[in-house]
Amino acid sequence: MSVFPTATDHPAARALAGRHRLRLWEPLPWLLALAFYVAFPTYLGFGTDLLVTILFAISLDLVLGYAGIVTLGHAAFFGAGAYTVGMLAFHGIWAEPITSLIAAAAVAALVGLLSGLVLLRTTGLTLLMLTLCTMALLEEAANLAHDWTGGFDGLPSIAIPPLFGLFEFNPLYPNTQYLYALGVLFICFVFVRVLVYSPFGQSLTGIRENTLRMHAVGAPVRMRLIVCYTISAAIAGIAGGLWAQANAYVNLSTLGLDRAATVLIILVLGGYGRLYGAFVGAVAYMVLSHLLAKIYPTAWQLGLGLLLVIIALFARGGILGVGETLLRWFGRRRPSP
Amino acid sequence: MTALLETRSLSKSFGALLATRDVSFTLEEGARHALIGPNGAGKTTFINLLTGVLAPSAGEVLLKGHDITQVEQAERVKLGIARTFQINRLFRGLTVLENVYMAIAERVGAAPDMFRPAGKRQDVIDESMELLTRLKLADIAHKAIPELPYGRQRLVELAITLGLKPQVLLLDEPAAGVPSAESHIILDAIDALPKNIGVLIIDHDMDLVFRFAKKITVLVRGAVFAEGTPKEIGANPDVRAVYLGQAAHG
Amino acid sequence: MIFGIDIASMVLGGLAAGMVLFIVSVGLSVTMGLMGFVNLAHGAFAMLGGYVIVLAMRNWGVGFAPALAIGFVVTAAVSAVFERLLYARLYRAPELDQVLFTIGLVFVIIASVTVLIGPENQPLMLPDALRGQLNLGFIEYRTYSIFLIVVGIVIVIGLWLGFERTRMGAQIRAAVDNRQMAESLGINIDRLFTITFAFGSGMAALGGGLGAEFLGLDPQYPLKYLVYFLIVVAVGGPGRIIGAFYAAVLIGVLDFVLKKYVPQGGTLFIYALTILLLLWRPQGLFGKSA
Repeated sequence: MSVFPTATDHPAARALAGRHRLRLWEPLPWLLALAFYVAFPTYLGFGTDLLVTILFAISLDLVLGYAGIVTLGHAAFFGAGAYTVGMLAFHGIWAEPITSLIAAAAVAALVGLLSGLVLLRTTGLTLLMLTLCTMALLEEAANLAHDWTGGFDGLPSIAIPPLFGLFEFNPLYPNTQYLYALGVLFICFVFVRVLVYSPFGQSLTGIRENTLRMHAVGAPVRMRLIVCYTISAAIAGIAGGLWAQANAYVNLSTLGLDRAATVLIILVLGGYGRLYGAFVGAVAYMVLSHLLAKIYPTAWQLGLGLLLVIIALFARGGILGVGETLLRWFGRRRPSP
Repeated sequence: MTALLETRSLSKSFGALLATRDVSFTLEEGARHALIGPNGAGKTTFINLLTGVLAPSAGEVLLKGHDITQVEQAERVKLGIARTFQINRLFRGLTVLENVYMAIAERVGAAPDMFRPAGKRQDVIDESMELLTRLKLADIAHKAIPELPYGRQRLVELAITLGLKPQVLLLDEPAAGVPSAESHIILDAIDALPKNIGVLIIDHDMDLVFRFAKKITVLVRGAVFAEGTPKEIGANPDVRAVYLGQAAHG
Repeated sequence: MIFGIDIASMVLGGLAAGMVLFIVSVGLSVTMGLMGFVNLAHGAFAMLGGYVIVLAMRNWGVGFAPALAIGFVVTAAVSAVFERLLYARLYRAPELDQVLFTIGLVFVIIASVTVLIGPENQPLMLPDALRGQLNLGFIEYRTYSIFLIVVGIVIVIGLWLGFERTRMGAQIRAAVDNRQMAESLGINIDRLFTITFAFGSGMAALGGGLGAEFLGLDPQYPLKYLVYFLIVVAVGGPGRIIGAFYAAVLIGVLDFVLKKYVPQGGTLFIYALTILLLLWRPQGLFGKSA
């Protein structure tokens, strides 16, 4: 019999009941982000890019890390968001930053919903192929619809009006862009954090761990996946919209395999299914690529390739996973001096 | 009185292969019923037809007299049909408690909730812990599945299904692969099932079947070959010929 | 009449492209069908083979046919080492790990080739006999394209016979359909995997060399054509040789025709067609049903 007086007092029950509580270190990334703003005023362009990438990686974590959908086409939604903002502003229809982002989220969600409705019927190689083909299809479409999208050249110099009518988006001093991106990232992150600790998030984990069993406990698996895919697409769309606003242009690179593969690598590098993997991965990747890629592009590619091989073979949890293992290892050694 | 679960002339073919032939079968309320048959007799196919994993080629499935042939799997679970799997299907990355939580959250309708933490559903946690206590799993509630011996994993498999509070419980070889030293925990758990639910057990283990069942149906090549009490089936020379003799070899 | 010749020339060109696509992709199809391994690095083996073939001809003066043989053997041997040391560890791993591992491998190979050989395109020097035009009676067409079509047909017939008539082929078919059954029949799955993988990579090497003339050969090759190779496998049905053949020919001809008539939207159409096809038959045209 259990040694605990009531079931509620059982450590497993208490762990589950307190799992969602804020941990002591969780404000840290945000404090660092604010410190970065003060400490590196000349790197705010880079910083904005970093924040956008984190947001994009978080959206991927929702489908890949939590629901276990392996996709190579997540840039489809990033691009959908970026082009929504870009086209609305470039053609003089609508440019107000925040409502534009909402439009970007809506369009990307719609693309996610429609593609999810059809491609989440499949699994494995077929699903992988369909995500890839959907993205390639959008890229081709954006390339063809020259009058609207600017085709291969994209849409240069989009004019974004000041945020709240007060803060200018100055390409040379991207203070506004940085704080704006940080705010959007924070709101989206809080939303995703609530989501993954909810029963809904728990059921996504269940689908990842054992789809067949989820069917057998009566979960509407496909519907849950479609909802998750749509939400993730909306967040990726917001990331894409932010990217377009921060850079003041849109081009085909927002939709390509390169971007989709990069965000996958970033998430895996940091550790997927862990919420903070997106932060760690994006910082590690972006800083390294900033320092190395421009000087030694080939060495960068070689190192990245080796890193992926090593992660796949030996370190599936990425940087955070390795960190956790080390912590546990030290923790176990300490009590026995 | 209408039967709890009933099939009428149920058939299923895979191309030229007839896996289920014209099976008319009833499971009464509170039944302890066993389905036996040699390998390839179509027992698992039959379970898949009952749970809605497969759609029949012909015939009907009725639950308390209502036709549920077109009802899909998840809906049938909500109506009270639940199963265990021949090979464990557990959430291996999660704890024992979280495994059971998953099933109970679905049953009580907590699972679609996106905006409240799972930990705030104290009702679901409490019910999970009660169930685990009943199955003597409470002490290992915090462990991840891979840390458990196989017999305990088998018990978690049962716990998840019981968390659905089924009226019809389908047990697909519940003790398969469990070392004999541990199998008594499974048997005890089966003995302790609520009396009112209808249980259908599929097994090769004749000791288990004869100990548990009040009624036995023998399936051979997809069709009902014989049906009766354990005594009748044990004494039936035809069953001995096609099945019991064969089972002795493997 | 002019129009007829136009169509014939397009079909011939498309067939030649389709044959190359088939020769490269068939190994990928078999490894995916047999091992269920998502090998995004398959194109890298095609590229390696292509480099061996082109460089052997240019630097050592080896003839075209012996160079193809060398390319096949070298690539098959290298890939067998990779398979035993690395791929084999991931056969039971989740798809994501396979995807990451093979993307990583592609990056490593691209970077290595860029450093060792250089980023530029390596042209294939065709032997004189294969240059120029060939009169087929109803049309004059490029000799090399006709050669590719003939080679492709010979290979598909050879592979088909090997698959249907040899013991090895029977074992592979059995393992594609039901791996557990095949194992319980005493088939040595590990050995089967290595041999199939090496052979498939060797075929890819041939395709890399034969196709270098119009697909080009530079370090970006494995990524540039990845989607096409995967489409062939998915549309044809993983593990189905004939399926891969029809899919490759279909895509080759379609691509050729579309590029001619709709130079802008051709690729769009192929992607859309692939999506529709996979929705209609997720297991591919010739794949086993679920």
